Amino acid sequence: MRNDLDQDLRASLEEPVPSASPLDQAHLLQHRSAVLREENDLSRMEPDALRRLRILYRVLSVLVACGIVGTLLWGVADLPAFGGGANPTENEVMDRYLSEGMREGGATNLVANMILDYRAFDTLGESHVLFTAACAVLLLLSREPERGDLSRSVPEADAPADPVLVFTARVLCPALLLFGLYVVLNGHLGPGGGFSGGTVMGAALILYRCAFGRRRASAFLSLRGCRTLTGAALAFYALSKAWSFFTGANHLPSGIGPGTPGAILSAGLILPLNIAVGCVVCCTMYGFFALFEESGILPEGDGSSGRSRPEPGSSRFRKGGAEA
Amino acid sequence: MTDAMMTGLLILLLVNAVLVVCARSLLAACLIFMVQSLIMVLIWILLRAPDLAVTEAAVGSGISSLLFFLALKRIRALGGGKEGGDHAK
Amino acid sequence: MNLSMLWENRPQAAAVILFGIGLATLLLNQNLIRKIIGFSFMDSAVFLFLASEGYIAGRAAPIQNPASPLPASAFVNPIPAGLVLTGIVVSVSVTALMLALTVRLWQRYHTLNLDEIIRLARREEE
Repeated sequence: MRNDLDQDLRASLEEPVPSASPLDQAHLLQHRSAVLREENDLSRMEPDALRRLRILYRVLSVLVACGIVGTLLWGVADLPAFGGGANPTENEVMDRYLSEGMREGGATNLVANMILDYRAFDTLGESHVLFTAACAVLLLLSREPERGDLSRSVPEADAPADPVLVFTARVLCPALLLFGLYVVLNGHLGPGGGFSGGTVMGAALILYRCAFGRRRASAFLSLRGCRTLTGAALAFYALSKAWSFFTGANHLPSGIGPGTPGAILSAGLILPLNIAVGCVVCCTMYGFFALFEESGILPEGDGSSGRSRPEPGSSRFRKGGAEA
Repeated sequence: MTDAMMTGLLILLLVNAVLVVCARSLLAACLIFMVQSLIMVLIWILLRAPDLAVTEAAVGSGISSLLFFLALKRIRALGGGKEGGDHAK
Repeated sequence: MNLSMLWENRPQAAAVILFGIGLATLLLNQNLIRKIIGFSFMDSAVFLFLASEGYIAGRAAPIQNPASPLPASAFVNPIPAGLVLTGIVVSVSVTALMLALTVRLWQRYHTLNLDEIIRLARREEE
């Protein structure tokens, strides 16, 4: 499925230049610089109109921004006082969450209680947003040949990392992973939960990958593993919540009681759901990093950081270059 | 006390935002952007939202800025792009 | 406009100004990375506004004591915190998506300037 999409994308992107031999590349480079020159000539021919348009755009942008800020500030001046407790959002919903939350959901962290029990369906949607974003980044950044020319997309050996980085990672990685796990597992008892603990764990994995290279990191958690784990966690979340809705939403007996508040094994579904969300977030963060890192493996142009020079090293030539 | 801290942090937040906008190079902008999240962490603590503080500390100053740096590395805006392409060959 | 009230509500006012800075960055800069930074500013401005709406002076963070439960009047509003918590994580994924798009645009056009990207793309279409 992914490969099909990938190939469609590649095909559509490579349509204008079906064959890209070095000659063609040189030709296109010439063509592009000619285009640029022509454009520059154009802009030199009518600088007044263009400049006037630019100035108009800038003035309008500043006006729009100032207008929005002014309107919003006007509104802020009419809001109830900050911290006064007279806000209309401080209503019976909040009272209910705060006073009955621990009895009904079982978590002492009332925020976790809210997002994973009262509003768990919402959180399911958020997790899917993460998953979708990870899929989109995957589609965008992994256009390298997967079946054919694998040898070029995998470097022979990881570049030796900085000793300071390696030492720091050796000290910090276990501590960070442990802390992330603690935050996830303790999410119903104190501040934290799946979202924060998952990001801490993702950061730990990223640090490990930076220090010890992608091969060892992939042995621990590969991109494929990430995808599987995310899918499994999301499926578990959806199924368990569906079961909870089916057997009795609104805290009719669902078979999993809130337990004793304050104990580690309490709060019904909140702990497993926290773990699931933690898995999703951790895999997404790590996946983002891995994709951004791996997408740059194939050799590109000369590597200078010019701002406006089209070069024949752009991605459309990659496949052709690899074949040549 | 808390009030004064809050005011100071808010002013710092706005000054920092202006600094990000005014930063000459992209790398400097991203580095100062990292500080933005650290200020936000302190603000979350003052607003009695420890969950947000933990998340923001990991996400904002950790992963978000890391992604910015990686993207800069990919587009060769970091130091002439030596590290970006060499280990690929 | 009541200026003393504006000073009283300074977290919200700061959030609005931060939103404005982000919007101006988004509109005035042609560089895509800076546009993304402006977008992130707008994100955090909205989060700051929401969370400061939920703050009530003198109350504690919403962590209940299991031994002797406190009444609802002891805690700040947990609803904005819950909303912002998920929002922060979603915003980072949106940032990642935009950065990925930027990287792809760079790979194709070797520039970050939006004007030039549009120009080159238009040229290619012809």
